[in-house]
Amino acid sequence: MVPLSWYLIFSAALFAIGLFGVLARRNVIVMLMSIELMLNAVVVNLIAFWRYGDTMKMDGLAFALIVFAVAAAEAAVGLAIIISVYRRRKTVLADEINLLKW
Amino acid sequence: MTIETLIWLIPVPPLLAFFLIWLFTNRNKALSHSVAVGAALLSFIGSMAVFWQAVNHHELGKEPFQSAVNWLPVADGWFRVGVLVDPLSAVTLFFVAWTVLMIFIYSIGYHNFGQPKGEHDQPGLPPHGAKIADSHGHLHTVPSVEPMYSRFFAFIALFAFGMYLLVVSDNLLTMFMGWEVMGLCSYLLIGFWYAKPSARAAAIKAFMTTRVGDVFMLLGIVYLYSATGTLNFRAILYNQDVLNQLAGASSGFLGLSVAGAISLLLFVGTVGKSAQFPLHVWLPDAMEGPTPVSAMIHAATMVSAGVYAMIRMFPLHTAGWEGHGLTASMSVIAFIGVFTALFASIIAVSQNDIKRVLAYSTIAQLGYMVAALGMGAYVAAAFHLVTHAFFKALLFLGSGSVIHGMEHGVMHTEEHIDPQDMFNMGGLKDKMPFTFWTFLIGGLSLSGFVVVTAGFWSKDEILARAWGGEHLVIFSVLVLSALLTAFYTMRQISLTFLGKPRTTAAAHAQETPWTMTMPLVVLAFFSVTAGWSGISPHFPLLGGILPNWFHEFIRETLMKLPEPMETSYIPLIASIVVSLGGLSLGWLVYHNHPAGAPDPLKTSLGVFYRWMQNKFYFDEVYQFLFVRPSFWFSETFVFKWIDRTVIDGFLHSFAIASDFIGRFLRTRFDLPVINGFGDLVGESSKKFGKSMRVIQTGQVQQYMVAALIFVFGTLIFYLYSLP
Amino acid sequence: MTPEMIIFILIALVTLGTAILVVTTRNILHAALWLIATLVGVACFYVLLNAPFFAMAQVIIYVGAIAILFIFAIMLVRVITPSGVKVFNEDWLMGLILACVFFGGMIWMLTRWTGFDTIPSVAVSQVDKINPVKLLGIALVSPNGYLIPFEVASVLLVAAMIGAIYIAWGKSLRNK
Repeated sequence: MVPLSWYLIFSAALFAIGLFGVLARRNVIVMLMSIELMLNAVVVNLIAFWRYGDTMKMDGLAFALIVFAVAAAEAAVGLAIIISVYRRRKTVLADEINLLKW
Repeated sequence: MTIETLIWLIPVPPLLAFFLIWLFTNRNKALSHSVAVGAALLSFIGSMAVFWQAVNHHELGKEPFQSAVNWLPVADGWFRVGVLVDPLSAVTLFFVAWTVLMIFIYSIGYHNFGQPKGEHDQPGLPPHGAKIADSHGHLHTVPSVEPMYSRFFAFIALFAFGMYLLVVSDNLLTMFMGWEVMGLCSYLLIGFWYAKPSARAAAIKAFMTTRVGDVFMLLGIVYLYSATGTLNFRAILYNQDVLNQLAGASSGFLGLSVAGAISLLLFVGTVGKSAQFPLHVWLPDAMEGPTPVSAMIHAATMVSAGVYAMIRMFPLHTAGWEGHGLTASMSVIAFIGVFTALFASIIAVSQNDIKRVLAYSTIAQLGYMVAALGMGAYVAAAFHLVTHAFFKALLFLGSGSVIHGMEHGVMHTEEHIDPQDMFNMGGLKDKMPFTFWTFLIGGLSLSGFVVVTAGFWSKDEILARAWGGEHLVIFSVLVLSALLTAFYTMRQISLTFLGKPRTTAAAHAQETPWTMTMPLVVLAFFSVTAGWSGISPHFPLLGGILPNWFHEFIRETLMKLPEPMETSYIPLIASIVVSLGGLSLGWLVYHNHPAGAPDPLKTSLGVFYRWMQNKFYFDEVYQFLFVRPSFWFSETFVFKWIDRTVIDGFLHSFAIASDFIGRFLRTRFDLPVINGFGDLVGESSKKFGKSMRVIQTGQVQQYMVAALIFVFGTLIFYLYSLP
Repeated sequence: MTPEMIIFILIALVTLGTAILVVTTRNILHAALWLIATLVGVACFYVLLNAPFFAMAQVIIYVGAIAILFIFAIMLVRVITPSGVKVFNEDWLMGLILACVFFGGMIWMLTRWTGFDTIPSVAVSQVDKINPVKLLGIALVSPNGYLIPFEVASVLLVAAMIGAIYIAWGKSLRNK
């Protein structure tokens, strides 16, 4: 079987890609997609640790399930906010949404 | 209720009425006069009850009704004020209550209650009349109701309070308060039609002139208090020790005794209030006020109050008097009284205004009383005070009725004549019968018409005293004055009522309503009967038929009871001769005076007549001697020099110094130190904020980058610091 | 090199490659489609990790629901990054550096960990025997297990649903 390190490196890479997407992309929808990538990297980690640890303990799986739920909620609310913002400001570019500027 | 409580309550209803009208009922004319007349009626009933009790009280002089309470704490004990009714107050209450009530009722009619509102009437001016259409559509001008009706009743109610307070007081101080309340009301009521410049000027003149007298009176009161330690009438005047002590001590002023000095000071107050020479100038001008005011204030009550105060203080005025000869202060008083009596009578002869004749006549009659007091004729002065109050109030109200009737005629014919000028009247006898007959009674009483009228008895008593006291100069001058009085009275009656109407307005004059004629009838009754209470028992034929009640009653006020006069025929004959002579002379000259003709006296007296008509130029002399110097003094000296230069200069220098200190503090301390520190704090915060605000970009991704850098930095630091 | 390792490397390369495409593609509709591919790749890893239930859940929830939701959102806002509009913001280099720092730091940290190269103690056949889905289900509803987090997650979903409806409804709801 593949060692645990392979999974960890993969999930770290996936998380870093997602992080880059969040920090660099201008489009808010793509930023949300990147967040989904990062969450997936987390879930991969959780399940990998379950598999390589004590398989009788359900902690990893249960948290993976909760992360699923959080991801779904986050996507729903985030997209709703994006639609609402778009309706008012006619833009989905993060650097144009700058009402908080001094 | 004891009699003392009742006396306390007598002045209260008019005061309450004043406040009620002033505060609550002044919108409603009917309610206002109901309140005022109701209050006058209550006081009247109370006064009559007190009078009845007083008359039936045995030896009232020795044991008067009195009650007092502690009022002002003074150095050792209390200043007590209270009420006192002795024979003098009882009699005064009697005539004051009657005249006040009658004048209140008269005022309702005089101010045209029940008439429509005038189209052009405005507060501060006499009503101009209203136009109404009759059944044929013709417009008629009728009298219109006074715009400030309620205000008038409030003022006269306050005035009545002052008079009652003065009469029932048992000490000089509360008496002086009533005196001043009346002075204020006199000012307010003379200036009642305040939009007329002449009324304003008259009000100020009256106030200022009486003020001169009042200041001296206050000085006298203070002197009396410092000399005796009390102001109570009984304690001073019914106490021979005190009077002897006052008469014995020297005041160090012109050789007067203390009693004489106080007496003269108090007398100056009376000179002002009762319009004696040389402070008489305000009273004729005061006729600018409404006629009920003239009747009440300037004939029946307020000017009488001056003489009342004299009679009240009689033991002090005569302290040290042995019964023959006169003391220094009595001589002054007698001289002023006699001079005023003659002088005012002379002026009265030449006046054309119906009210001004009465005004000078009032001055002259008050002069009679003062002269009587100066001779020590106590009872005669009090007697003349009572009878004069009745007949002079009657004459004033009658003249008001005449003017009212004339105004009716003026409005009807729309002639532009002075409704108060007697030369515009004539023949009113048939138009105004009630007014004529009552005015005739009053006039005869004033001129001392033989036997039936009150004026005869009281004036005869004064003349008899002058003769009996062997004051021949006083006697002859008073007789001359009586002659003039009879003459100008008949002149007035003839010009007003007899002959033919000299103007169409007079031809269209009309009798006044019952509210005005009823008081006339009542006062006419007293103008006749009041004299019958004081017929000397030694009078030929009539003496002894009626008891000499007035004399017996009033003399108890004093300790040393004055005796009734031995009747001598000379004064009696003189009195009858001058009275009848003056009346017939007046009738002869004036009974058929044609319209437009000049006054017959004008041609016969020449220059002297012009002097008389101009009141011997007293107003002009005073204007030159006192008024203009006062104006100059206040304008040039007090205003320009003292106020503008000295006081303002001091204040200005103070202001400049303050300004300098203020500027110094501002530029040297406030601006650099306090403001500098405050600005420094503010500016540095601002600068810091300005430089820091660049990190607030509003870019969510930049925030994330910053957060991550911070997290990574912390993490790296943490990991490196691990052991 | 076992066949399993070869399969892992292939799937990992595909997954990471599509993930990179997700964050770099100009057209966001394409990015959404690449996201589906990435998610399917991750589902394959779940299968490799003997968690077929999560693989199914991944496909149903992410691919079937969330990705479709993204596509709907893209169609609603109708902005698919046309040419001429910059894909990255001006700080993209900083983002790249930070991502690399993160990855490098992660690897550096994991290599210092002793359990980095462990092999699973339980064989594949035995994992199926213990039936992890059944155990997970019991754990989720057991008071000694994860009942409360489970219920909280359900409440969170309800709240998210209501919030999303409320936020996205527009003016009409607020004005009523």
